[in-house]
Amino acid sequence: MSERKPKLAVWKFASCDGCQLSLLNCEDELLALTGKIEIAYFLEASRATVEGPYDLSLVEGSITTPHDEERIHEIRRSSRFLMTIGACATAGGIQALRNFADVREYTSIVYASPQYISTLNKSTPISDHVWVDFELRGCPISKDQLLEVITAYLHERKPAIPKHSVCVECKTAGNVCVMVSHGTACLGPVTQAGCGALCPAYDRGCFGCFGPKETPNTISLSAWLQERGSERRELIRSFRNFNAYATAFRKESEALERAEATHG
Amino acid sequence: METLDRSGIDALLTALRERGFTVLGPTVRDRAIVYDELRSTADLPVGVTDEQAAGSYRLTHRGDDALFGYTVGPHSWKRWLHPPLVRLLRITPEEGGQGFTADSSDPGARRWAFVGVRACELAAIGIQDRVFLDGPAVDPVYDARRRGVFVVAVNCAQAGGTCFCASMDAGPRAREGFDLALTEVVDDDRHYFLVEDGSPEGREVLAALPSRLATADEVKTADRILESAASSMGRSLEMDGLPEILGRGYDSPRWEKVATRCLSCTNCTMVCPTCFCSTVEDVNDLADGAAERWRRWDSCFTTEFSYLHGGSVRTSVSSRYRQWLTHKLGTWIEQFGSPGCVGCGRCITWCPVGIDLTEEAAALRESDRALHA
Ligand code: SF4
Ligand code: SF4
Ligand code: SF4
Repeated sequence: MSERKPKLAVWKFASCDGCQLSLLNCEDELLALTGKIEIAYFLEASRATVEGPYDLSLVEGSITTPHDEERIHEIRRSSRFLMTIGACATAGGIQALRNFADVREYTSIVYASPQYISTLNKSTPISDHVWVDFELRGCPISKDQLLEVITAYLHERKPAIPKHSVCVECKTAGNVCVMVSHGTACLGPVTQAGCGALCPAYDRGCFGCFGPKETPNTISLSAWLQERGSERRELIRSFRNFNAYATAFRKESEALERAEATHG
Repeated sequence: METLDRSGIDALLTALRERGFTVLGPTVRDRAIVYDELRSTADLPVGVTDEQAAGSYRLTHRGDDALFGYTVGPHSWKRWLHPPLVRLLRITPEEGGQGFTADSSDPGARRWAFVGVRACELAAIGIQDRVFLDGPAVDPVYDARRRGVFVVAVNCAQAGGTCFCASMDAGPRAREGFDLALTEVVDDDRHYFLVEDGSPEGREVLAALPSRLATADEVKTADRILESAASSMGRSLEMDGLPEILGRGYDSPRWEKVATRCLSCTNCTMVCPTCFCSTVEDVNDLADGAAERWRRWDSCFTTEFSYLHGGSVRTSVSSRYRQWLTHKLGTWIEQFGSPGCVGCGRCITWCPVGIDLTEEAAALRESDRALHA
């Protein structure tokens, strides 16, 4: 290729850095990747940066401060293609638990001098603020899915990132279903695939790290689990996880909370 | 008909291995009976049985040493004949040149002996044979994997809680498509197997085993066991007129009703031994420029499945469940000459919320009667 290499930038907002690390974890593939794409801005990997505009921006983390609210617009303006990576960027992350509580009360408990804390009431996904071209789910994202999207981007083809349930991967792997064989609650049937059904492979229920799948029926799953002895409180905790603020999971936990308030 | 005693089954497994087969059969793993490689009869679920209900599967002890005293589990032989994930093609660019090489070999194919194949599963393999081999286009992956398989069928001495093979005329006795068929008898004082051969290769294998001619009493005992299994099915399905009922029932409110429960998780289609749908995905390697085409199981319960230009045709879950049930029990007959269901009950047991196709079909029949009586 004689043309210039596309420029890649990696941006961080409120997050733990785990998703960016997935890119560094692509040890074997990283060399091939840098042959095709110029890593222009990636502070976790190098302090040397190249100025924008960028062809592909990967955005990690959620928007939690007034300053971040501004910064994401700048990044959008300097990016041709913007992809969010991970549960924080796509759904607000675990820090979106604050969205169900009073953030001022939290800061007063956690910080000695809460007056120095400048924070928004809610932790929100990037797509609440700017147009997002592609969302990559997961807490953390899957390294293989990340490589697949970047490769697809470089070849101008559609990435193979299905929106179906974790159960598809679970059955593909030949696992025995934990729901059916021992009644363990599993979010797999309402969660998007991508992890390879990691938890069911270790005989545990899915925690929902990849967020709601397409057409998720959380009501039916909750009802079935409650008929079999799950407590509403447990279920609220299950849906209030890394993807607590993703619409389908949020609505389900709020509905369960309302039912709990009414019926106790 | 011949009789083998308990140790004859060890001899059978050894004979199959000596003939170069990779022997697969039932074994206990993760609190279920799955199919995997068998080294000896010790790997079989000795003395174990299963209790199945809609959305529930539990193992318990039988109180005897039966080798095949259970029904079907979450796996089916489809895993080997029509694998969930298989590479169809790898294209590698030639070094320095303009050309490329293409490799369409299937490294997963073996000469398998399937041990413990139930009558419903034989019927399901028969259905997939028609789908993959008898049509105008033969599926090369299925063809290569299917060709050399040696089938040791086991007639069901008991029916499971979600079984209805008797309704589908698919069991509990294996009638054809096997090399050998066993019926296990566990009496107070004796444990033996009646063996029937179904092919020249089966006869050859049997001839080398320590068997003897079955007595009239033994044959009668086995018949009685199979009759009692046939009359103790946990479920039943009335097929008479059902394709027409499903056709007329396109607008039935029952589809919306089942959609309130259905998770569109795809488990029912993944565990079904006759469901054959797949999709292909192309992947390419950044480093060496190689490209691969993979095939993986697909399901009519995903939106992507019916994606045409511009969007999915079946966005509602009710339309997806209707597609599934109507195809299985109705239009499959026009397409392949039989229903796409053998009554194994897997889709009922392994549905995480216990949706039961026999119950849905009965409800559709009931509302049809109310409308058209
Ligand atoms: S264990 Fe969970 S993810 Fe796997 S099939 Fe069962 S419900 Fe689905
Ligand atoms: S539709 Fe259900 S009962 Fe019928 S063959 Fe498939 S899994 Fe078995
Ligand atoms: S019928 Fe059951 S197994 Fe099938 S897609 Fe619906 S919820 Fe899943």
